[in-house]
Amino acid sequence: MLMRWFHQLGSPPYFQMLARRLSPWLAVPAVLLTAWGFYAGLVHAPPDYQQGDAFRIIYVHVPAAWLSLFVYTAMAVAAVIALVWRMKVAEAFVIAAAPIGASFTFLALVTGSIWGKPMWGTWWVWDARLTSELILLFLYLGVMALENAIEEPRSAARAASLLAIVGVVNVPIIHYSVEWWNTLHQGPTVTRFDAPAIEWSMLLPLLVSALGFTLLFAWLVLVRMRVILLRREAGSRWVREWLQNP
Amino acid sequence: MSDWWSMGGYAAYVWSSFGVAAVVLVWNMVWPYVQLRQLRRRLRQEEEQV
Repeated sequence: MLMRWFHQLGSPPYFQMLARRLSPWLAVPAVLLTAWGFYAGLVHAPPDYQQGDAFRIIYVHVPAAWLSLFVYTAMAVAAVIALVWRMKVAEAFVIAAAPIGASFTFLALVTGSIWGKPMWGTWWVWDARLTSELILLFLYLGVMALENAIEEPRSAARAASLLAIVGVVNVPIIHYSVEWWNTLHQGPTVTRFDAPAIEWSMLLPLLVSALGFTLLFAWLVLVRMRVILLRREAGSRWVREWLQNP
Repeated sequence: MSDWWSMGGYAAYVWSSFGVAAVVLVWNMVWPYVQLRQLRRRLRQEEEQV
């Protein structure tokens, strides 16, 4: 049953149909949750007792940073599937996820920098957390560049997948950097084993916007995968059917 | 209201962060659909030439 589904999902026409059906169910909650999370973070959450209103930047920064790691991990898992089973849909996921992940990483770095100026007194320090996150951005850009540089689409996808897998060692380094090294970046607030060290009215908008970002990724990666698969399979019957009947 | 806009003196930092976020998220949402549309147009033209 599961294997059959896995095989069906691996077929581009079936994937296209599924992705088109799922899109609105992901897009609408993604936009609503992100918008509500931002709104509640800016309006309803109380100012932080140490950081004042500057802490509101976390409603962008933290979801972007979480997603930068989640997307990379998902991309590396897809890369393994792409290399082992030669699944076209998994190859498309690797290529589709990279620019979205890069944009979230960029957003995390920029908003962190904007927050750092008033709070730490500097835009940037070569701290373990910041440096490893910057390396993550370069890994995403490397995956994109490698895919672009190779003419033949399937070898391009395989090369990109290999780099994605090698780079995954950076993910735990980023996550644990605040514990392994004495960083200027603060330690975890939400994902601690005991209760989170944050007020509920501050936490809820954060979790909602993080969920919004996750759904946004799910929606947009499917759209990008459709573009990749349609381009690659141009001329085949299912693509022609789609052209006549979009 | 003007109190809220001033963000306790951190207005420039808070609003620029949310501004960058809006740009990045909107770009993410618009660009794949632009590509999908361009691809459809290109494939249709190729179809007609054949």
